[in-house]
Amino acid sequence: MKIAVIKYNSGNVQSVLYALERLGANAELTDDPEVIRAADKVIFPGQGEASTAMRYLKERKLDQLISDIKQPFLGVCLGLQLLCEYSEENDTACLGIFPVKVKRFVPENSQEFKVPHVGWNELENLKDNPLLKDLPAEPFVYYVHSFYAELSEETIAQTHYIHDFSAMLHRDNYYAIQAHPEKSGLVGEKLLSNFLSI
Amino acid sequence: MLTKRIIPCLDIKDGRTVKGVNFVELRDAGDPVELAKIYSDEGADELVFLDITATVDKRKTLAELVTKVAKAINIPFTVGGGISTVEDVKFLLNAGADKISINSAAVHNPQIINEMAAEFGSQCIVVAIDTRNVDGIDFVHTHGGRKATLLRTQAWAQEVCDRGAGEILLTSMDHDGTKAGFSNELLAEISSALSIPVIASGGAGSMEHFKDVFTFGKADAALAASIFHFKEIGIPELKSFLSNSDISIRK
Repeated sequence: MKIAVIKYNSGNVQSVLYALERLGANAELTDDPEVIRAADKVIFPGQGEASTAMRYLKERKLDQLISDIKQPFLGVCLGLQLLCEYSEENDTACLGIFPVKVKRFVPENSQEFKVPHVGWNELENLKDNPLLKDLPAEPFVYYVHSFYAELSEETIAQTHYIHDFSAMLHRDNYYAIQAHPEKSGLVGEKLLSNFLSI
Repeated sequence: MLTKRIIPCLDIKDGRTVKGVNFVELRDAGDPVELAKIYSDEGADELVFLDITATVDKRKTLAELVTKVAKAINIPFTVGGGISTVEDVKFLLNAGADKISINSAAVHNPQIINEMAAEFGSQCIVVAIDTRNVDGIDFVHTHGGRKATLLRTQAWAQEVCDRGAGEILLTSMDHDGTKAGFSNELLAEISSALSIPVIASGGAGSMEHFKDVFTFGKADAALAASIFHFKEIGIPELKSFLSNSDISIRK
């Protein structure tokens, strides 16, 4: 199985490659459209800032490629946010795969809720979905983010921080995880291996 | 619900762990990768590696170790010790570190926090602050707590937050090594004032101390070294104790 991990101007994606390696999967970090189109699975990871990332994707026409792709496609962290319609982070129009808005966390009480949302939090209200197969009871995943996707029809799992938000989204061949599965222990490994089995 | 984090800290010298470690199941007590894996399997929420090497080959040895750790474990980890430039950070993040921690370099050149945060994002920049109380006033110290500065701890914590630090690792040198509990009063003051998470360090001696630092100390995470290395407290028992004490903990 060929897995392409999309290379763009996002933060360190090395840990995603290592996590795939631990699962025995062979992944290639690439921005070559041909390699991405030929892959069996595509992973779109990333940390960073939405408008800079979108500009980079457009300059290389990767935005069109992502919108047209037919293989199972997984957005992670910033990858999830860029698959949405719009992000409040620097007023950015995103890829629009999910008709969902990405908003900034605004705590009512900054003593109780800090931003970014950093640490382990629980996946709740899990839908029947291949990505969520055989997860343990009370699955915790590791988050680091200041922006979140709102709940929508595409939400397949949610997490509560200040309010409920979309922990995971799914539509057609597109899947997305806000947390970092590559850093989320056994739960994260299960999520990644579930994706590889889709 | 967001959980409180338990973070073992490993001191690294020349690519090996120093300070005693007391794990019977360890084949090689000095191998940081093996130790990291055990902590990760036991339920540690994160790890911190503090490099205390003082040789010229330091960066290379450390980067090799960071890569080995990154390949072996599936929880986040932070690398600190002697990091002073944007280049240092890039080198360690590329090697596989999730976050880096800076200490003295930030005190000497506060602008470096802004530069690092702008380049790599706040989420991977931890600013470590060593503090000591002198005649009732909390001052930032450098050089492992030996050298006093004129910076007030509370003001410095606010400044590093404003400059873009993603988290603060606050070590009370008055409490470090005492096993008499964390510096809860100061921690609570700083944690309440700041919009970023605070990791408490220094003074852990019992499971009660962890409960106290999360309740009275308002800490978001707690770090300890020797009590974990010497198995005075096991991470699984600590987590079940905290969970039974109504502290939100990852199971």
